[in-house]
Amino acid sequence: MSAKRLLMGRKQPVETTMMTTLDDAELDRTRRPRTPLQGFGAFLGKGDGDVARVLVLLLIVVVIGLVAPNFISKASWMALSQTATVVALLAIGQTFVIITGGIDLSVGAVMACSAVIGAVVMRELAAGGADPSIAILVGLVTSLGIGSLAGLINGLIITKLRITPFIVTLGMLSVATGSMNLISGGAEIVGLPPQLGSIGNTPLGGWFTVPVLVTILVAVVAGVALSQTRFGLRTFAVGSNQGAARRVGIGVDWHIVRVYVFAGFLAAVAGFLLTSRFVSASTMAGTGMELSSIAAAVIGGASLMGGRGSILGTMVGALIMAALQIGLIIAGVASFWQTIAIGIITVAAVYGDQIRIKYSGERS
Amino acid sequence: MTTIDPSTADVVLRVTGVTKHYGHVQALRGVDMEVRRGEVVGLVGDNGAGKSTLIGVLSGATTPTEGAVEFEGEPVSLSSPSHARDLGIETVYQDLALALDLPIWANLHLGREQRRPGLLGALGFLDKKAMIASAEEELRTTRIRIGSVDARTSALSGGQRQAIAVARATARGSKLVLMDEPTAALGVEQQHRVGELVRHVADRDVPVILISHNLPQVRELCDRVLVMYRGRIVAELDPAIEGVESMIRWITGAALESER
Ligand SMILES: Nc1ncnc2c1ncn2[C@@H]1O[C@H](COP(=O)(O)OP(=O)(O)OP(=O)(O)O)[C@@H](O)[C@H]1O
Ligand SMILES: [Mg+2]
Repeated sequence: MSAKRLLMGRKQPVETTMMTTLDDAELDRTRRPRTPLQGFGAFLGKGDGDVARVLVLLLIVVVIGLVAPNFISKASWMALSQTATVVALLAIGQTFVIITGGIDLSVGAVMACSAVIGAVVMRELAAGGADPSIAILVGLVTSLGIGSLAGLINGLIITKLRITPFIVTLGMLSVATGSMNLISGGAEIVGLPPQLGSIGNTPLGGWFTVPVLVTILVAVVAGVALSQTRFGLRTFAVGSNQGAARRVGIGVDWHIVRVYVFAGFLAAVAGFLLTSRFVSASTMAGTGMELSSIAAAVIGGASLMGGRGSILGTMVGALIMAALQIGLIIAGVASFWQTIAIGIITVAAVYGDQIRIKYSGERS
Repeated sequence: MTTIDPSTADVVLRVTGVTKHYGHVQALRGVDMEVRRGEVVGLVGDNGAGKSTLIGVLSGATTPTEGAVEFEGEPVSLSSPSHARDLGIETVYQDLALALDLPIWANLHLGREQRRPGLLGALGFLDKKAMIASAEEELRTTRIRIGSVDARTSALSGGQRQAIAVARATARGSKLVLMDEPTAALGVEQQHRVGELVRHVADRDVPVILISHNLPQVRELCDRVLVMYRGRIVAELDPAIEGVESMIRWITGAALESER
């Protein structure tokens, strides 16, 4: 085969006077004029809708407060903050997962499973005459280990076997629930060191219990990690465009694994705090919590399409969920209604996210 | 086979005997090519000729079955996209590979994020200020004007996104830029802008390999045009001499038939 062979000079440099700039029309799209209504819309949308979320939370508090005036009291704050703690911890892990474009249906089951197994360890050590603080410490480490292990398995199956997160974590929900019942015999674990109760119930400064303070600390650390660190930025990148993240050199698989481990770890933290509050571990504690955590994250602005979400939003979402739950109890509404309400709210929040995507005209 | 020019001082990239098999499909059947400092090399060929596969090999995304790649005089095995980027080989992918939910500055630095100095940096804290400043600087030097680098990338028009992808590949210390159909989805005016960027890169002595089906544009932008046909480079054409008609004869294989 013969090919043409030529020696050529280089093309002359092009004129550089013609700048590569945007049309005025293109620039204008970034600063449209505002009507008062649009101005109000923009106000609500501030901070990716955080202003709107806080207003919704206040509205719920005011409405329930009008129906049941004793809702606005220290007692209901203590109940609300304790309830919000569990939802918030699960939802923080869930937020990271959702931002990567995944979902973790196993957080509730992993929370219960790690708490129950940790409790069994504490009970056995205490029964064997071990020092209570040693028993509690070993129980804690066991719980955290089991939660992280569940997350690790989720992450590895999702990334190595390429099975969708929905199915993998649904499977984990079942496996964790089954393992928990196998080990516990399906019964609530009692007979734990009583010192646990002082971790879970002592109000520091009168208003905040240890679980609430731990949750606030976790939220601050997670919020800073998500918004200020490379790990956070890459979490968004993976969820926004996984192929792109891979091609710019981000270790996508390892990143996803770490995010699921984090969610499992936080589920275990939530489970341990719950055990410390009741000085017992219930096999039913996780039921329905996956949906609550997803609802809190989505109300908080996380997009199930991936690439969007914030810890501040998720915390407000968790407070909204808890306010509804406690508020409905105080208002005397049967607890089955709560379950119905959570289902409706979750679907509504996802619908709201889709509407936002549609009308913002983004993502083409 | 293309004979290799003896004056090798300017050679940035040399590819010898690269093949790639996908099962029974032979996407590349022994590619030899050289790219020299500051030139724009057009890579044309019919659908399925192997252009994207070749770019994949050079960008580290595809592992070749056989063959050698030499970059700046050193033999390299391009094992991953990040390895290729570390060497200074940057790629503009046809789908742009942008994370639209992220701000523009983040896309320009993705995979290359700058961290704060000291302990905070070790903990993974980003130096956003520095990245925003250098993003603005990069867009200025590549002569792209965009309202604010803090805006979400999804707010940009198709042409602006294309410009961001090109800027990412060309801005920082790149030594070779690969572009797989960077103007495929663009209007006439935007194609023209990307063309300017391509010449701008080459003027800084950085070679560009440009894949395009737009032959008039290839003629206008490229110093040299390589034609791929069924996994091989079958011709090297001078766009100043050869017209679109002649390119088409090589692309379709008609010229090969008549030379036999
Ligand atoms: N991952 C893959 N698995 C199997 N076959 C592949 C794969 N990638 C490419 N091929 C095959 O290799 C050949 C070359 O494909 P390639 O994408 O390189 O062509 P191209 O020149 O870029 O075409 P186009 O102009 O359509 O983009 C085609 O026959 C294609 O089907
Ligand atoms: Mg191609």
